[in-house]
Amino acid sequence: MQEYEPIIGMEVHAELLTESKMFCGCTAEFGGEPNTRCCPVCLGLPGSLPVINVKAVQYVVKAALALNCSITPNSIFHRKNYFYPDLPKGYQISQYGDTPIGQHGWVQITVNGATKKIAIRRVHLEEDTGKLLHVEGDRSHIDYNRGGVPLMEIVTQNPPPPGLDQIQSAEEAKEYLVRLRAILTYIGVNDGKLEEGSLRCEPNISLRPVGQIEFGVKTELKNLNSFRAVLRGIEYELERQEKVLLKGGKIVHETRRWDDVRGATASMRSKEFEQEYRYFPEPDLTPLRFDAQWVEEQRKALPELPDQRKRRFIEELGIPEYDAEILTDSRPMAEFFEEAVKLSADAKSVSNWMMGDLLRLLNATGTEMEQSKLTPSHLTEMLNLIGKGTISGKIAKTVFEEMFGTGRRASEIVEKLGLTQITDESELIPIINQVLDENPRIVQDVLGGKDKSLAFLVGQTMRYTKGRANPPLVNRLLRERLESRR
Amino acid sequence: MILSREDVSQVAFLARLELTDEEKDKLTGHINNLLQHFAKLQELDTDAVEPTSHVIPVENVFREDKARPSLPPQDVLANAPESQDDCFAVPRIVET
Amino acid sequence: MDLAGLTVKAAHELLKSRQVTSRELTEAVLRRIESVDDKTKAYVTVTSDIALRQADAADKRIASGDAAPLTGIPIAIKDNMCTRGVLTTCSSRILYNYKPVYDATVVERLAAVNAVMVGKTNLDEFAMGSSTENSGFFASRNPWDTEKAPGGSSGGSASAVAADECLAALGSDTGGSIRQPASFCGVTGMKPTYGRVSRYGLVAFASSLDQIGPITKDVTDTALLLNVISGKDPRDSTSLDVPVPDYTKSLAPDVKGIKIGVPKELFGMGTAPEVASAVWDAVKLLAGLGAEWKETSTPSVEYGLPVYYIIAPSEASSNLARYDGVRYGLRSKDSPDPITMLMKTREEGFGAEVKQRIMIGTYALSAGYYDAYYLKAQKVRTLLRRDIERAFEEFDVLVTPTSPTVAFGLGERVDDPLAMKLSDVCTIPANLAGIPAISVPCGFHNGLPIGLQIMAPGLGEEIALRVAYAFEQNTDYHKQKPNL
Repeated sequence: MQEYEPIIGMEVHAELLTESKMFCGCTAEFGGEPNTRCCPVCLGLPGSLPVINVKAVQYVVKAALALNCSITPNSIFHRKNYFYPDLPKGYQISQYGDTPIGQHGWVQITVNGATKKIAIRRVHLEEDTGKLLHVEGDRSHIDYNRGGVPLMEIVTQNPPPPGLDQIQSAEEAKEYLVRLRAILTYIGVNDGKLEEGSLRCEPNISLRPVGQIEFGVKTELKNLNSFRAVLRGIEYELERQEKVLLKGGKIVHETRRWDDVRGATASMRSKEFEQEYRYFPEPDLTPLRFDAQWVEEQRKALPELPDQRKRRFIEELGIPEYDAEILTDSRPMAEFFEEAVKLSADAKSVSNWMMGDLLRLLNATGTEMEQSKLTPSHLTEMLNLIGKGTISGKIAKTVFEEMFGTGRRASEIVEKLGLTQITDESELIPIINQVLDENPRIVQDVLGGKDKSLAFLVGQTMRYTKGRANPPLVNRLLRERLESRR
Repeated sequence: MILSREDVSQVAFLARLELTDEEKDKLTGHINNLLQHFAKLQELDTDAVEPTSHVIPVENVFREDKARPSLPPQDVLANAPESQDDCFAVPRIVET
Repeated sequence: MDLAGLTVKAAHELLKSRQVTSRELTEAVLRRIESVDDKTKAYVTVTSDIALRQADAADKRIASGDAAPLTGIPIAIKDNMCTRGVLTTCSSRILYNYKPVYDATVVERLAAVNAVMVGKTNLDEFAMGSSTENSGFFASRNPWDTEKAPGGSSGGSASAVAADECLAALGSDTGGSIRQPASFCGVTGMKPTYGRVSRYGLVAFASSLDQIGPITKDVTDTALLLNVISGKDPRDSTSLDVPVPDYTKSLAPDVKGIKIGVPKELFGMGTAPEVASAVWDAVKLLAGLGAEWKETSTPSVEYGLPVYYIIAPSEASSNLARYDGVRYGLRSKDSPDPITMLMKTREEGFGAEVKQRIMIGTYALSAGYYDAYYLKAQKVRTLLRRDIERAFEEFDVLVTPTSPTVAFGLGERVDDPLAMKLSDVCTIPANLAGIPAISVPCGFHNGLPIGLQIMAPGLGEEIALRVAYAFEQNTDYHKQKPNL
């Protein structure tokens, strides 16, 4: 049977965290009543002219440098001409051809222990469109609040130049997006919210027979609003394409929409007729010129990036590579970790709690790290309580959940719920006696040499004490009491 | 003739102009005339010439990233041929 | 006294010395419009109420002892400049009902000195044309002979100035749209250096060529208007951040030692003998005043027309994409879907000339043709600029006819688009090179004015004004008035 290999290209749009829009002074903040964040410029009123937001340019330079790109010394804006009711000027100001702000970069990803440097072709700056709202009846509504918000586009390069790689699986595509998001949020140019659409990813996917050099016909995926959707959407599309090809069918060049509920993609529109965008240099804007020395200063001023931080976690704090990767995937996560390590010194147990219970709770509740009520000092305080023997590791899980849910301090929770560990023998002996009385057969088993059955008795004791008993103490007392019954 | 009547129809669609047959005929002739006139430019060797897209030598013209008040909503919609619920309204667009 | 016939300068003296009020002046202009605009068809909208209100405000300012040169002066604005709350149609059906919610920067600047806006003048639809016959509403007429075209596209403004329906006007010039109608109507018109005047609020035709400028009764008035409208505007990235001199200071009737170049290519095909001889007379007159002149060659200006007729429509095809019937202006009725609405709106809203240019521009920008047309034109534009820059290494100004002919008859060239476009052959190079150029009256033929064009290097407005002023002060063509 013919075997195929996937080639995946990623086109990512990131809204920039500027105060105002790309070419006018309207606020770029998300939300607002419809059409309340508009002016002659972003409405494209006749006679209005754009003026470049300097912060947006600085942000794209920053991002391009963080993505290992070179900065194009003379970068210009173009008009991308097409008609759509959400596009007020009949063209989008964008950057075309060989003069985007950043070119020729890469992002490093690690999937299943294998490291790849994914090639980036271009990083450029453009403006967002307005929003179409589909209402009941025979009308569509348009809200131009998002129109003109600065948008950075990051496109991978397939085939990659020598020394760099391309994305070849859904897992790699997801990981690429995870690391890209980490980098963009680290340098503070984007908030990384896939669900809200401030970070959007449109992969294009094709299969080619193994051994063939030319790429197959590709489809473009839209509506991937979470990492899970990226993974599932691409996996689905790869399987669908393979089925079509194996049946001798042809892939149609088209845009397909991922339906998260149905777990399938469906055709949106054919791209058989390539759009004719009639790009030309935007005469209303002057060129950007980047001085080499200024670019160098920007590079030096970059904050520590996820990969650098990951290496530091591994080398200085002895964190395993896999854990370090996860901990540095988001800036808030990495910062939480560092803060907690500073307070507790025990990096390994901080990491264990974060990788285990914290991630589980974040996922289960759909909470972002930055929204979490848990603070680093809460976690380290809890670790101290465990260290001092005030609470058991098992109880700590309950405490942790409570801290996560309420944002209260560990000591407060322990006291309020009476979760302090029982270390007083006189308090435990009556309970142990009761357990032994209630389980005469188990007692005989243990005394008869079936040491394994002791665990059951320990478990019963823990149950009666709601897990508060100190396990080594319970063990010792049980053995003593059993001996006395021999 | 450089441009056929079909070419003209295609360009008209690109420009979103609905032309009558008469307009198409007239434009086909006219555009071809002009294109012939434009052919004069091919006389010049411009291989080593930079294009002029900006006639003034000005670069890096920026504005500060400062939010300013937007237009009042009644101004935004003041000229709208049709509006509903503070939005511009158009005939329903089939989801794409 | 014929108040409407005054120059800006003369009216200012009277206002300042309180011999007349701005209200009297404005009322005189409004009466003049009332009596002659039927013949000239210069205005699309006359803003009498606003004008009188502004005149009263100006009178208050003058009474407080603060009379700036344009305070209280009735001025007309070409109808492609945005005026808040006042129809701004670009003489297009697609904007037949459009009232902007903001003022163009030039309109703001005029308001800041309490100038008076008397109305909005007619133009070729979206400034595309050379006769004002392409107006979506009606053709304007030449006050010297109402069967002749006033030129275009700022034909309404030029006609209004020549007919004393305002004291001065603003026009816009993309390929000669200020200078050619000024020449046809026997008035003075200047296209400043690209970037000298803010384009914010000027409805775009071809963004890399468009420039606003004055149309006035003499050179002094041009300097006075230029003083007010020039200067950096943070809302226009292409406006130049260069200090604005007092242009009236360059009004010295002295051209001794000034080097004048006469580009022979621009006297080439199509120049009527009477125009050529009037321009040569002008050159000789300037020489008599002490200027030196020489014939010169700027060969690539011959390519100006095709370059212009590729670049301008290309930019226009993009600039005019926003007229889609969604946010403002005309919307075709009862369309079942947005595409039909879009196409019908544009079909009904745009006139033939506009459609034609959108078509050419769309074609020139499309993939596969971009290199052969748009890119090629931009490269030849570079050659043309270099030729002109080279000429200015030797000369202070270049002198040509403004238009190869005097005003042509209405309807005469409507069906001969190439002949129509040829009338821009002398004016287009200044737009392509971004340099300033002024047209002043330099003679008459069969009772129709002839225009002299003086081009100067980038930001050389002062030298162009000085030569124009010296010529004007030694002639009286600018003082002649049409009989209406």
